[in-house]
Amino acid sequence: MDARRGSEAAPTKNRVTVERKSERELVVTRTFNGPARLVFEAWTKAELFRQWWVPKSIGMSLLSCEMDVRVGGRYRLEFAHGDSQAAFFGTYKEVTPHSRLVWTNEESDQGQVTTVTFAEKDGKTLLVMHELYPSKEALDAAGTGAADAMGETFEQLDELLITLGASVGRS
Amino acid sequence: MVQYSQASFDASFAALSDATRRGVLEQLGRADASITDLAVKFRMSLTGMKKHVVVLEQAGLVTTKKVGRVRSCKLGLRRLEEEAAWIERYRQLWEARFDELDKVVEELKRREVDGRKKRE
Repeated sequence: MDARRGSEAAPTKNRVTVERKSERELVVTRTFNGPARLVFEAWTKAELFRQWWVPKSIGMSLLSCEMDVRVGGRYRLEFAHGDSQAAFFGTYKEVTPHSRLVWTNEESDQGQVTTVTFAEKDGKTLLVMHELYPSKEALDAAGTGAADAMGETFEQLDELLITLGASVGRS
Repeated sequence: MVQYSQASFDASFAALSDATRRGVLEQLGRADASITDLAVKFRMSLTGMKKHVVVLEQAGLVTTKKVGRVRSCKLGLRRLEEEAAWIERYRQLWEARFDELDKVVEELKRREVDGRKKRE
C-alpha cells in the first residue's frame, strides 16, 4: 500500500490481494508455485496446515489442530495469545479434492462461510478464498474470525477504541 | 466503526495491557500532550513515561513529533478507522500465512522429487 512495504517485497513474490466484494463478502487471492494437489494437501492435512496457519508475526500460538476433512466432518483449532485462549471450529460442507473446500465457522452465530478454490495452470495454483458473512456488521466487526473469538480482551479493546474513535472524531 | 486485524494483535495487546498506557490514550483522546505533561499527570518519571509512549507508538496507537525540546504526542488512530487500512492489515495477515504456506508447498515438491529419485 505505501512505498515502504512495496520495496520490502521480493520482485518474484506472489502478491496477495484482498477485496471487499460486497458488504458481506471478502475475497483473498494468491498464486502458489506448485500444483493444486500439493496446495490442497497443505490445507487439508492437519500436520501441514499447522505449519503455516499461525505465522509468528501474528503473535499467537496454535495449541491444537484437528481436521476431519470430509463433507460433514469437523475441524477445531485452539490458540493461545498471552494468557487468553480461543477456539475456532466448524464443519466442512464441500470437499472436492484439489479444487474446492467449503466450511462453516461456528464459534459465533455471526460466523462466515469460507470457500477456497484451487485452480491449477502451468504447474501453478491460483487460490481464491471467499468469505461470506451473515451481515455487513459481522464482517465489519469480525475483521477476522479470530478477532471475534478473542472474547473479553477484544471487548475491552472495542470499548477503548470506540472511546478513542469518538475523541478523534471531535478533534 | 471499530476495525482491527490479527496482524497487529501483538503490538496492540502489549500496548493495551497496561493501565497507564490506557490512561494515556484516554488523555490524548481529550487533547494532545507532551511527554512531560503526561509524566506529571500520571505521576511518573519522564523516562518511565517515555517508555510507555514508545510502546504505544510502536503499536500505531500514538504518534509523536518533536517541536524544539518538547515531544508532543497525539492519537495515531485515524488510519485505523480507514477501511483501506483495515483491508491492508488483513492482507498482511494473509501474506504472512501464505509466505509460510509457500514453504510447505516447496517442501512437498521436494519430497515428491526425492520420492521419484528413490524409485528410479
